[in-house]
Amino acid sequence: MGTDDMLIDNSRNQEQLDLNYLKLYYGKLFPHADMFKWLAYGHDGKHPGCDQSYVGRREFSFTLDSDIYIRFQSFYSSSDMEKAIKEKCPVKIDIGPVYSVDPAKRLAYGQGGDNAFTPVERELIFDIDISDYDDVRYCCSGADVCSDCWPLMTVAIKVIDFTLRDDFGFDHILWVYSGRRGVHCWVCDGKARRLNNEQRSAISDYIRVYKGSENSQKKVSLVGQALHPFLSRSYTEVLRSFFEDKLLCTQNLFLNEERYEKILEMIPDECFNIVAVTSELRGKWMDNKRSKDDINTTRWGHLKHSLQSSKQKAQGLRRCVEEIVFAFTYPRLDMEVSKHMNHLLKAPFCIHPKTGRVCVPIDPNRCEEFDPAAVPTLSQLLGELNAAGLTTEGEDEFDRTSLGEAIRYFRSSFLFPLLKSCKEEIEAAYNTEIQQSKNSMSW
Amino acid sequence: MEIVRSEKKSTSSNEVNADLVTALPLYRAAPELEVRLEDFELYAIDRLQVLRGISDGLSRGRKPEEMEKLVKKLWKAHMRHAHAPEALNKDIISHFVLRLVYCRTEDLRRWFLSMETTLFRYRFRVETDDVQRELMTEFNLPYKSLSNAEYQTLKDKLSQVARSTGQSLPTADSIFFKVPFEEVPELVATRRVYIHKGNAYVAMSQVVSLIVTHFRSYLSKALVLTNRKWTSTIREQEKDRLTPIIEALSTSYLGPDYSQPSDTTEISLKDIDQLAKTSFPLCMRHLFEKLREDHHLRHGGRMQLGLFLKGVGLNLDDALAFWKAEFTRKVGAERFDREYAYAIRHNYGKEGKRTDYTPYSCQKIISSTPGVGDHHGCPYRHFSEENLRAALGRLGINNRALEEVMVKVQNRHYQLACTLTFEAVHGTSCDAGINHPNQYFSDSKKTMDSKKTMESKVKVTNLCFMGTHEFHTLQGHLNTHFTLVVSKSYFFAECFLTVLIELRRPAKRFC
Repeated sequence: MGTDDMLIDNSRNQEQLDLNYLKLYYGKLFPHADMFKWLAYGHDGKHPGCDQSYVGRREFSFTLDSDIYIRFQSFYSSSDMEKAIKEKCPVKIDIGPVYSVDPAKRLAYGQGGDNAFTPVERELIFDIDISDYDDVRYCCSGADVCSDCWPLMTVAIKVIDFTLRDDFGFDHILWVYSGRRGVHCWVCDGKARRLNNEQRSAISDYIRVYKGSENSQKKVSLVGQALHPFLSRSYTEVLRSFFEDKLLCTQNLFLNEERYEKILEMIPDECFNIVAVTSELRGKWMDNKRSKDDINTTRWGHLKHSLQSSKQKAQGLRRCVEEIVFAFTYPRLDMEVSKHMNHLLKAPFCIHPKTGRVCVPIDPNRCEEFDPAAVPTLSQLLGELNAAGLTTEGEDEFDRTSLGEAIRYFRSSFLFPLLKSCKEEIEAAYNTEIQQSKNSMSW
Repeated sequence: MEIVRSEKKSTSSNEVNADLVTALPLYRAAPELEVRLEDFELYAIDRLQVLRGISDGLSRGRKPEEMEKLVKKLWKAHMRHAHAPEALNKDIISHFVLRLVYCRTEDLRRWFLSMETTLFRYRFRVETDDVQRELMTEFNLPYKSLSNAEYQTLKDKLSQVARSTGQSLPTADSIFFKVPFEEVPELVATRRVYIHKGNAYVAMSQVVSLIVTHFRSYLSKALVLTNRKWTSTIREQEKDRLTPIIEALSTSYLGPDYSQPSDTTEISLKDIDQLAKTSFPLCMRHLFEKLREDHHLRHGGRMQLGLFLKGVGLNLDDALAFWKAEFTRKVGAERFDREYAYAIRHNYGKEGKRTDYTPYSCQKIISSTPGVGDHHGCPYRHFSEENLRAALGRLGINNRALEEVMVKVQNRHYQLACTLTFEAVHGTSCDAGINHPNQYFSDSKKTMDSKKTMESKVKVTNLCFMGTHEFHTLQGHLNTHFTLVVSKSYFFAECFLTVLIELRRPAKRFC
C-alpha cells in the first residue's frame, strides 16, 4: 500500500531547490545545444531532405516554481529554446511528442475533429520506479532508495536494454537517472519514434512479465514446457545470479517466518502437494539453528530442492522456482508511459526538485557502477564551478565540474552515433524520393 | 457501386466480379454493380447483426475457439444467400454500405474497424493453407518464406518458442516468414514468436495475425477516405435517399457514450456516499472506498473514477472539491492544487487538448492492466478469487447469487458477472446486461427511483406497431435501450426490423 509519490520524502539526500542556483545552472551548465541537436534528429541540417518544421512541432512543457504548468511550448532553434529556459527557469522540463502541427499553434488548426493536431512521432519510452518494488524490498519503501535496493534498477536496465537491442534491433537507446527513485529509457531510432500505439503496447507487453495489482494474488505466472527465449535468456544471464548471489542476502528474503511465508505463498497449489512440501520446509526452518552459512541461501537451497526433486517435477508444468525469482527481480514497468505516444517524460539533465540531483545518463554497459548517491547535486556543481575559477578560451563550463563526464558520455555514446544515423536516414529517404519522382516523370 | 431504385428489377446484380476467386473478399474496391435499395438496407442490417454479435462475444471475453464458432454461426444465420454468387455480392455490398455508415466519427470508425477486423480474422482462420497463401499474394505481401539454411540456424529458438506456447514443434517442412516485428503486434505482445534484430519469425499457422494487421491498416485508411467523400459529396447528393437510411443505421447501433450527463441527473456532493453504496458498480465502489480510506488513488484509479463521476453528473466544481477533500488529508492542499487539480480540469476538457473525455466503458476497464498499488480495473477480472468474494460479500448479496457470479467469473464472463451482481443487489432483472459503469449507475438509479424498468419494456415492445413518426419521436428513448435489446433477444431485434421496414416506406416514395 501507499507505494507511490504520496510518501513523505526522507530528509536525507534532500536539498531545497534554490531558484538562483537553478538560474545559474541553466545559464552555465545545462547542455541546451546538445539537447536541441538530439531532438532535431538531423532535421536542423542543410540537406534538402531535412524537414525544417520537424523540431518546431515537438512539445515541451515547463513546470514553473510558482506551480504553473505550461504545456505545448515549441522552439524552432536552439537559441529560442535556451532563451525560454533561461527566462522561465522551469523546475522541471518535460518532453512530449512531435505533433502534426506546431503545438503552440494548435488552436489555429481548430478542433474540427479532423485530427489536424495529433502526435505523429515519439521516442519509445520506459519509466521504472523503485517504489513499484515495495513488496519485495525490506530496506526502504516509497521514494527512498539505498545501495541494497538500487541494484533492482540495474537489473531492469540490463534486461530491457538487452531485449531492445537484440530482439527489437534498436541501437540508439538513452538511459537516464530520474533524479530520485528510478530510471527512464528513451529509444530514439527512427523506427522506434514512428511506432504506433498498438506497436508500443505490443513491445511493453512482450517485456512485461510481472502482473498484479493490489487486489490480485498472482504476480508472475510462467507456464509451458519452456520459457520464451527472451525470458530464459534474462533468467540465466541476469536474474538468477542476481537473485541468488545478491538479493537473497541483501534483502534477507528468508530471514524470518513472515518473510518466508510470503515466498511459500507464491507456490501455486495446483501442481504440488503443496501441504506436504511447505510443511516439510516449515519444519526444517522452525528450529533456527545457527550455522556458518547464510540463512537465506540455505533456506533457498531447501526450497529449490523440494520444488525440483524428481517426484514433484513430473506433476506440473509450472516453473515455480523461476516464478519466484522473476517475482522478486524482473523489471516492473509503468505500462501506461510506454503505450501511448502522447505521454510526457522529464528531460535528461533536469534537476530533481526534491533531491537536487541531476538527471544524468546511465551507461547500460556499466550500469552496475552507477551509484545514485554519487550523482552530482546542483549545489555541488555550483561549488565546483566557483572553485574552478574562470574558464579558458574554448572550454565548456561543465568541463570543470563533475557534470562533464555525464555530458561527454551523452555526446560520444548517444548523440553522435544517433546524429550520424539520422543523417544517413535523411539522405537515403531523399534519394529514394528523387528516384521515385524521376521514375514517374519518365513514365 | 451504384444504387438503383427499388422498382427497377436489376438484372445485372447476378454478375459476379470474376476476379474474386475466394469466398473471402478483401474489399479493395467498391464493386461495379447495381444494388436494389431494399438490398442496400437489408444487407446492411444483416451484416450489422453479425458485427453486433461479434462485439457482444468480445465483450464477454470469449476465447478464440469460441469466437471462431460464434462467427461461423452468425455468418450462417445472417449472410447466407440462396445463390452462391449472390452471397458474395451480399458480403461485399453490405460491407461497403456499413463503411459509409460507420465512417463518420472517430468512435464509429473505431467500432467498425475492430468488428470487421475480428470478422475477417475468423473467416480467414478457417480457410485452407492454399487459400490463405493466395490471399497473402493478393495483399502483395513481400515476404519470402525462410530458406532451409536459415531455418537450420534458428531451429532451436523456433522450437523453444513453440514449446513455450504449446504449439506443435516445427519441422524442416514448416514454413516460416521473416517479417518486421511491427507487423505482428499481437504475436509480439503475447510472446508467441521469436524475435531477433527487429524481425519476427512467423509460422504459417500464425499468418492470420500478419494478414489481419494489413487488413486493419488498409481498412482504417479507407474509412478516413470514405469519410472525406461522405462529407464532401455523398451526404448532400443523397440527402433524400441514402442519407436518412445511413444516419438511422448508425445511431441505433451504438450505445450512448455517457460523455455528457443527461441534464436531469446532476448529483451533488452530499449524496455521493449514499449513491456509492446503492448505485455504483463494484469497480467504482471499490475505488471510491479506497479513496475514502487512503485519501489517495494512483493515476489509473483517478481516471477511471473521475470520468465515471463526471458521467454520473458531478460538475467540475464539485469534482474539484471532492478530490481535494480527500487528497488534502494526505498530500496537503497546496500540493493538490499543484499536481492533481490540473488533471481533473483536464478530464473536464478545461486544460490541455480540451477534449471532453468520455467515461471508460466496461470493455476498456476490463482490458486495462492495473499494476502494483493500483485499484482500478474490473474487480471481476483483476481481483483474486478471495478478494472478489470478500468484496461481493460486503455488498450483501446472498450465497447462491455469489456462487453464480463466481461461475461467470471463472468462465471469464466479467460483464455477465457484473450483471448478476446488479440483479442480486437490486432484486430486479437486468435484461440489458452491463456494458458501461455509467449504465449500471443509471439503471440502478432508475430501479431505485421507481419501478420504471417494466414500463419501458412495454414501450419497446409496442414499437412493433408504430409507424415512422412515432419511431422518430421515440428514437431517443430507444437509443438508451438499444444495445441491450439486440444483444439480449431476437424478439427485440425483430421489433427493430419491423421499425426499419416502416422507415423504408418513405424512402421508396422518394424514388
